Amino acid sequence: MIRVLGAVVLALTAAVSTAAAQKFQPAVIFDMGGKFDKSFNEAAYNGAERFKKETGIDYLEFEVTQEAQREQAMQRMARRGADIIVVLGFQNGTPLQKVAAEYPNSKFTIIDAVVDLPNVQSVIFKEHEGSFLVGMAAALVSKTGKVGFVGGMDIPLIRNFAFGYEQGIKYVNPKAELFVNMTGTTPAAWNDPAKGAELAISQFDRGADVVYAAAGGTGIGVLQAAKDKGKFSIGVDSNQNYLHPGSVLTSMLKRVDVAVYNAFKDARAGTWKPGRLDLGLAEDGVGYALDEHNRSVLTPDIVAKLEAARADIIAGRLVVKDYYSTQK
Amino acid sequence: MDAIWLQTLLLADSTVRLATPLVFCALAGLLSERAGVVNIALEGKMLGGAFAAAAAAAVTGSAWIGLLAACTFACALALLHGFATITHRGEQVVSGVAINIVVAGLGPTLADAWFGQAGRIPLPGSDARFAPIELPGAGGAPAIPVLGPLYAEVVSGHNLLVYLAVAAVPTVAWILAKTRFGLRLRAVGESPEAVDTAGIGVEALRYAALLSAGLLCGLAGAYLSIAQNAGFIRDMTAGKGFLALAALIFGKWRPVPAVLACLLFAFADAAQVRLQGTPLPFVGTVPTQAIQALPYLLTLLLLAGFVGRAVAPRALGRPYVKDR
Repeated sequence: MIRVLGAVVLALTAAVSTAAAQKFQPAVIFDMGGKFDKSFNEAAYNGAERFKKETGIDYLEFEVTQEAQREQAMQRMARRGADIIVVLGFQNGTPLQKVAAEYPNSKFTIIDAVVDLPNVQSVIFKEHEGSFLVGMAAALVSKTGKVGFVGGMDIPLIRNFAFGYEQGIKYVNPKAELFVNMTGTTPAAWNDPAKGAELAISQFDRGADVVYAAAGGTGIGVLQAAKDKGKFSIGVDSNQNYLHPGSVLTSMLKRVDVAVYNAFKDARAGTWKPGRLDLGLAEDGVGYALDEHNRSVLTPDIVAKLEAARADIIAGRLVVKDYYSTQK
Repeated sequence: MDAIWLQTLLLADSTVRLATPLVFCALAGLLSERAGVVNIALEGKMLGGAFAAAAAAAVTGSAWIGLLAACTFACALALLHGFATITHRGEQVVSGVAINIVVAGLGPTLADAWFGQAGRIPLPGSDARFAPIELPGAGGAPAIPVLGPLYAEVVSGHNLLVYLAVAAVPTVAWILAKTRFGLRLRAVGESPEAVDTAGIGVEALRYAALLSAGLLCGLAGAYLSIAQNAGFIRDMTAGKGFLALAALIFGKWRPVPAVLACLLFAFADAAQVRLQGTPLPFVGTVPTQAIQALPYLLTLLLLAGFVGRAVAPRALGRPYVKDR
């Protein structure tokens, strides 16, 4: 009798645990800028949606709109028992440091920051490599030899975009002039399209004819200003070519979507590993966008040059320095 | 020389673009505060206008309907503000702040529900925006030395709402100074008892003042979402309403000085954008942070040193009670 009971209990626990295994619960926390910023956060959203479509598993989500919410959102996801929590944006690095230590049994993947804890996977993109290629494209189409860059918040990450961009420009045209502007020094700088447009116009006024926006939602204003003024713009993170076909020269792709998708998939399969992942051109983590919206402006001639440089960078024949190495 | 002149003109051009919402809002604040109602809700009413303009323009594809919606919604908010502060004699600042908070939350929430873009409203096409207007002769004007570029760069090429703001300044100043309505409006802000004794309705006058202010806030909001930018986003007013209020106090509640203060703030902002990353003589490249603090430093300095005592309308912030 006891043995039968034991078997039943065993069977029941087995059933419960398989049910729990089936109820895999991923979660994603978007950064300021919002999940429809057409850029960084939207890329993450697309990755999560792809996972949902392929597996039918829905995910928990949260959009940070205030500084104070960062920690709360992470803690809430951990308490709700999410199996993998993907956190976006460098600004979540410090709060995650604390929360990941508080919840050692939860798994976290953070994008754009490094948190060195046994339950955190840190995904870093080599933005400078992708920016190098779009910098080349900018210098190749520029007629004035002057190009612009509009950054979001003034942080090392965004400086890294500008640094790679500058190297790409100088690689094509050593005499080219670059104007660099940052939108602000607070997170509000990710969501100020009016300011972005004003910055872009100030660069056009100084003679620039291509502008690269690495500024989240602020970039929408930059792209709009370029369209209004008949100049070229370069999008960032997501493919933004379709926003203004023919005016957006290309987009520097940062495959945040792939990073989010892989984190979900690996966690589900049990192959998720903590530690640091560096994704560059070689890993297809960054790149530039070519589609039907920009094929008329990004000519085969330009593409051939970009592809040659890409191969050189992957093979190590051409070295793109990152901003962080210059700061030490 | 020509290059410097052109840069100066482009700076002026940028100043005009940035000053437009401030000017509308400062005039709105002027009308309601001279009538005795503290209008800290300028920010919320402008944001409401921006939201309504983008929503209506996105649905109908017409900038004009967007403008109409912005003014209607901002006036509705003004009526609400009036109902709380005039009819029910509520605390003016508290109800104003309440409006700011309600709109800041309501806009993105409704936008999310209607457009499903997480609180953002994108505009469908260029018809849904007020396009820049090339004034006659602007194309050939740069050939004329000095004044030609001025006409082509600064005077021409703005959208309709910018010109409306320019026209609003003398209009509001004239109404306040020269018309019977303006006289009564100023009187109701200084001494509502006297107005009441003369047999003129204090409440009606204050409602009229708040409604005209609402109209101007609607114009400011429409400018932000369907003229300067293409679409609505969360908190897109970014404190411009408060800046306009500061300009109003800075200008001692008088139209022309208040507008000049708006231009000064806008100029500091425009200069800030251009100074960033440009090496200055003797100093080298100034860090972004220092440059971006410039407008605020300028404001502080001017407020501390040059303005002197600002005297508010005497009945400002006091609800009128007939039988005291």
